Amino acid sequence: MKYDILAIGGSAGGINALKKVLHNFRYASEVAIIIIQHLSPSSKSYLRTIVSGMIHMNVYEIEDKMQIKRGTVFIAPPNYHVLIEKDGMFTLTVTEKVCFARPSIDVTFESIADTFGESAIGMLLTGANQDGGQGLKLIREAGGYTIVQNPNTAEAREMPEYAIKHADPNEIIGLEEIGSRLNQIIISAGENR
Amino acid sequence: MNDFDFKHNNEDVETFLCIEAIKLKYGYNFSEYSRAHIKRRIKGRLVKSGLNNILELTHRLIEDEAFFRDVLLDFSINVTEMFRDPSFFKYLRENIIPILQSYPKINIWHAGCSSGEEVYSMAILLKECGLYDRCQIYATDFNQKIIEKAKDGIYSLEAIREYTKNYILAGGTRSFSDYYFAKYDNAILDLELKKRITFAEHNLVTDGSFGEMHLIICRNVLIYFNRTLQNRVNRLFLDSLIKGGYLCLGSKESLVYSDVFEKFDTVSEEFKLYRKHLKA
Repeated sequence: MKYDILAIGGSAGGINALKKVLHNFRYASEVAIIIIQHLSPSSKSYLRTIVSGMIHMNVYEIEDKMQIKRGTVFIAPPNYHVLIEKDGMFTLTVTEKVCFARPSIDVTFESIADTFGESAIGMLLTGANQDGGQGLKLIREAGGYTIVQNPNTAEAREMPEYAIKHADPNEIIGLEEIGSRLNQIIISAGENR
Repeated sequence: MNDFDFKHNNEDVETFLCIEAIKLKYGYNFSEYSRAHIKRRIKGRLVKSGLNNILELTHRLIEDEAFFRDVLLDFSINVTEMFRDPSFFKYLRENIIPILQSYPKINIWHAGCSSGEEVYSMAILLKECGLYDRCQIYATDFNQKIIEKAKDGIYSLEAIREYTKNYILAGGTRSFSDYYFAKYDNAILDLELKKRITFAEHNLVTDGSFGEMHLIICRNVLIYFNRTLQNRVNRLFLDSLIKGGYLCLGSKESLVYSDVFEKFDTVSEEFKLYRKHLKA
């Protein structure tokens, strides 16, 4: 297995998009999945419950120093940035917002580029801001695979549009096809190894 | 235990050297801080400073103490609010304060108090519960500069507007404006609130216990440490608490990962509130 981690960033409309992506994805047991979805800082941590209904995997909201594992879905908690240590633990921080967001997709994608590098798949979905583009670029530069949702299929275009311009991703895919395309990417990467 | 094989790159090597240089030159030890956090802050300062790499930055901070002080401020995170997580303060008011009420004298330690917002929130809460005059609050931080700010108790009116909302959600029983007076764009907190607070420099990495506490509050401080250091500090908290004393961590920090977990009862999983065993 070439890929160890699937990192997904989403903002406005992200939860609906996530549902479609995860529904068709067949290799969840072989990678760790990290979801950075923008939420209101005061929101209770309801995203874990929603995602649990989308996928037959253990879903956790990240706590500080939790260990990252395959076959598990990890969700960034509201109002914290998520970093990954080189011993595989999560660190949460409450440093300044990035792109007006905490959790910021850029912050976690940068950390994923640093830790997982070429074994990461970075994916950016719908959203109405510019978070994620910078981080996606770093994942690509580190040799990881990068995917952006086709803005024409996004509830909000700005985030995917910015990422396409800024990060020059490997693929731009319509929402309905992302899940099945993801399966192909993982299969063919396994064959080429 | 670890599913993945992570490689250390050149920047990790340079980050390590930078941390060693700071330790040798200035005596601050960040080697047991979260490495991912320290590296991110160093790289952030690198971009701001226009220097080319972490080694250049290291050289600069050895030569230039003022520059080092900026880096030090980058490492110590001072994002805080009054009545942050209002439901936590409401929980304290309704469930913990009534128990503390039974003690003739109450010691409270805010470890990593930053610019003081949470300490003053506690002072207000205790006042409204009629407990303040029996309390001694110790508010500590490793950063001298930020303690001075905490002592001032001056916050922007813009921030105060947010804090007012928090105060109401936290179950405040008066008008929040009773606790400050406005001057230009600032709110100056009532001097009365400081009466039972002692501000002091204390480094959780190197300093020990200094009293028998009934309640220790340390929220969103330990997240910047690695697990080894977290363990040591949690041990320090255990040793600093009376039997039956309470420890509050941040809402995404858990004692579960700590060696001292079995010495505590979990009072509230949601608010990460723990109680040291009565027969410890």
